[in-house]
Amino acid sequence: MTFFQMTKTVLKSLFTRPATLMYPAKPANITPITRGHVSINPEGCITCRSCQRKCPTQAICVEVKEKTWEIDNMRCVVCSVCVDVCPTKCLTMETQYRKVLTARGAKDKFPVAGPKKRDPVAAPAADAAKPAKE
Amino acid sequence: MSKQITIPFGPQHPVLPEPLHLDLVLEDEKVVDVIPTIGYVHRGLEKLVEKREYTEYVFIAERICGICSFIHSQAYVQGIEQIMGLEIPERAQYLRTIWSEYSRLHSHLLWLGCFADSMGFESVFMNSWRLREHILNDLEATTGGRVIQGVCKVAGVRRDITPEKLDEMVKGLRGIEHELQDLTNVFLHDSSIQHRLKGIGVLKKEDAYQLGAVGPTARGSGVAIDIRETGYAAFGKINFRPVVEHDGDCYARCAIRAKEMFTSIDIIEQCAKKIPDGPVDMKVTGAPDGEYFSRAEQPRGEVIHYIKGNGKKNLLRHRVRTPTFTNIPPLITLLKGCDLADVPVIVLTIDPCIGCAER
Repeated sequence: MTFFQMTKTVLKSLFTRPATLMYPAKPANITPITRGHVSINPEGCITCRSCQRKCPTQAICVEVKEKTWEIDNMRCVVCSVCVDVCPTKCLTMETQYRKVLTARGAKDKFPVAGPKKRDPVAAPAADAAKPAKE
Repeated sequence: MSKQITIPFGPQHPVLPEPLHLDLVLEDEKVVDVIPTIGYVHRGLEKLVEKREYTEYVFIAERICGICSFIHSQAYVQGIEQIMGLEIPERAQYLRTIWSEYSRLHSHLLWLGCFADSMGFESVFMNSWRLREHILNDLEATTGGRVIQGVCKVAGVRRDITPEKLDEMVKGLRGIEHELQDLTNVFLHDSSIQHRLKGIGVLKKEDAYQLGAVGPTARGSGVAIDIRETGYAAFGKINFRPVVEHDGDCYARCAIRAKEMFTSIDIIEQCAKKIPDGPVDMKVTGAPDGEYFSRAEQPRGEVIHYIKGNGKKNLLRHRVRTPTFTNIPPLITLLKGCDLADVPVIVLTIDPCIGCAER
């Protein structure tokens, strides 16, 4: 009885494919909601810094004056909080895992569009208000 | 009396996935005393609670452990919800129950594999990890992460599961059930495994109770404690009975984990049937002001999260008592009097997770 059980197992193992994937050569099993890495659409970013404030590992750094958005990939834990809080939806979660990194090359800096320009009507009004306060 | 010698066991040892150091005092081949040392992977996660907002800290609480990660985040958010008096939607409770049972399944399969490997049974190791892959794929398809799920948040969960996907998950689990049965048959009925485990490392019921054993270590000795019976999340609405064995040896602890996998599948199926429609999260305002002891049942036993807040965004104190930490005193009692060759097997039967124990 046991002998035939063993034969069955052996035959099954001989004629089935391996359970493992040759990962880098073949793509990993990825689902549509897999959290791979964060990517940014620089035109949409208004440098509001919501992502920087909410990031649990402080991986994101937004420079408002320089209009840059920087992510430290070594710190990022891919929790997708920044993607959830982004008001303009310019951050997206890609399903592919990021490439192997070293600490030196882990930071990615993107020049971004920055806040949208104010209405031309509002600007003179602000200037006019200034001397009145003083 | 023969001469005593001391043998260091760990922190790097083939059977230990994580660094635990034991000084084994031997007389001939018998262990007469054990001196444990931990502190190799301390990360100071509890202190970090003062630097992060309580909503962000969920992700850090989840990273206390790499295997029972979901249940850590669940216990933490339960504590916060209790302090703030939030009644979270019922669907979220059921989803949390489903995911926590999934993580129990994947943890037990991982352990069975490692355990077989510690006995030199490598084909069973490969097979249980192959089955575990099925569980991980389901977790990834529903949460977006294989091991660190990141779906728990204060006052709900971040993702919903569609009814079709739930059906598919239950069908998938029923599909691998006969393979799981084959796997557990090896652990429960194979003569060479029984020879290796039966009557070895016996923990008496009184010892298990007095030394504060939790989880399968306690249930293997006949102490029927299972925090799921307190009815947190949706466990109160689910019909299940904890698995209890009375022998207290390595075989009993192994049998508990093997049989618990089927209980988990049952719980997931019941949840899929009973899950109500509705929202999965709610808006949360303010900050926790007060303190709470939150308890949850992990694959390794009971975990306690103590949370204290003072009405500000940062909590004052977060203390975690993890199951492995409490299972170390029973482990020392287990090891006294055993043979040196049995030490690796006995150490693995408490399912040591040192990352948990040190935070």
